[in-house]
Amino acid sequence: MTNDAQTWRAWLTSERPASRRQARLGRAYAAWSRFADNRLAMAGLFIILALLLVAVFADMIAPYSAVTDGDLRTARLLPPSAMHWFGTDDQGRDIFARVVHGSRITLFVVILVAVIAAPVGLLIGTIAGYAGGWVDAVLMRITDIFLAFPRLVLALAFVAALGPGIVNAVIAIAITSWPPYARIARAETLTLRHADYINAVRLIGASPARIIARHIMPLCVSSVIVRVTLDMAGIILTAAGLGFLGLGAQPPSPEWGAMIASGRRFVLDQWWVAAAPGVAIFVVSLGFNLLGDGLRDALDPKAAGQ
Amino acid sequence: MTDALAIKGLAVVFDDFRAVDGVSFSVREGESFGLVGESGSGKSTVLRAVAGLAPIADGTISIGGETISHARSKSFYRRVQMVFQDPYGSLHPRHTIDRALAEPLAVHGIGDAERRILKALDEVGLGKGFRFRYPHQLSGGQRQRVAIARALILEPSILLLDEPTSALDASVQAEVLNLLEDIRRERGLTYVLVSHDLAVVTHMCERLLVMQHGRPVELLTSADLAARRIETAYTRELMVASQGFRREA
Repeated sequence: MTNDAQTWRAWLTSERPASRRQARLGRAYAAWSRFADNRLAMAGLFIILALLLVAVFADMIAPYSAVTDGDLRTARLLPPSAMHWFGTDDQGRDIFARVVHGSRITLFVVILVAVIAAPVGLLIGTIAGYAGGWVDAVLMRITDIFLAFPRLVLALAFVAALGPGIVNAVIAIAITSWPPYARIARAETLTLRHADYINAVRLIGASPARIIARHIMPLCVSSVIVRVTLDMAGIILTAAGLGFLGLGAQPPSPEWGAMIASGRRFVLDQWWVAAAPGVAIFVVSLGFNLLGDGLRDALDPKAAGQ
Repeated sequence: MTDALAIKGLAVVFDDFRAVDGVSFSVREGESFGLVGESGSGKSTVLRAVAGLAPIADGTISIGGETISHARSKSFYRRVQMVFQDPYGSLHPRHTIDRALAEPLAVHGIGDAERRILKALDEVGLGKGFRFRYPHQLSGGQRQRVAIARALILEPSILLLDEPTSALDASVQAEVLNLLEDIRRERGLTYVLVSHDLAVVTHMCERLLVMQHGRPVELLTSADLAARRIETAYTRELMVASQGFRREA
């Protein structure tokens, strides 16, 4: 068994890979070992994996329904107990069940924003940086316009126009979160576009689209991934903020921000109603931040180049 | 016989700075031509202008008798290739050697990549074991061999060499120069070699142009140089400089 593991490691760290796949896996393994050395980053990864598992198995984990009201005479605002681990809220619903189901909404928001915003930012940034001239000027002024709006205010305006709801909140957050990625990708592209290895590709007659997609983007992706991961906490907080203001997820949906908003009324006497989702937001945000920090160290192209 | 490469009255201007001004020369087919000068003399810029990497303000460049337009066609890149000065900067840090060599073939839609890549590696003296390595796993000399293989894989007739050995140490330098010399003899290539080192140019080239401040100074044959039939003071200075530091007796 240990012998097997050793052969695997030797194969992965080989100085003379024999195939494309081995070279790629070896590179991934090197990044993973750098990442795994970082305990805080592993803690972040553990939190995010736990969030994923909780979201996937929410139906099995949660002991009660997250949305149907409990008995309003006997089950309202009960403190934490063996029956209700996190207590119950003003509608007599089990808070633990609601926090568990809320993880799905949080993940939905985070993944959707990342899928929409990161590619848009990456594309606009690399094109602007590589093309330069008026293309750069136009794209960057558009970016500046979006950057000039405070995120929450623009999101508020969007939700006000489109109507409240979690999907509209996601669109609003995505629209306001791509400009920093475009800026990062552009800055990185500017440092790369006159590198000899990009000149060399130009000299073999490759089209600009091919140069951007196959030679520049792969080098920008890691810094954008790091930034997206670090932004996840902000995205979760914005979504929670919109929920808190009543513009994100609508009742009875167990969105964490909305849960805090409803717990606000009895925060002094029944503190657990607001505390449980608050702690959940805190832990998940922390997890993403730790993961992002670890990824930054592991994916740093300068360290990888040595 | 037409010239492989002819340059007439070439000028390159960056903003207000005339990096190259009024440079003319022609290179015969199969010839090795040197451009010599100190740093900032514009010799590399001439190569970059030919390759389409520097803005041409004035003058014409023709390849095989055809004047080339500002926008280079794909067929241009199959005839003219370049090897850069810094082997550490001319290979993509995230691409394996295999990918670097496959890219030109993919861009030009050339099939049979497997065989061509192995042949190209073999030609520059790198074995199969190097194929899937990343640039950071190679030494400077090995990287420069990869860069040469990448330039040769499109089978160009003209190779532009921008100080191909100045970043390498002396023993590796000789190896790479001999490799380039062998390849030229085998394939009948035309070389334009840029260097600040007169010794390298004398070794490699039949004729050479000395440049200073972006202008041509003197056109010499290497025989002239060996016999010290030098007309300008600047070339003489360069020659003394290339002999290196001498202790006073």
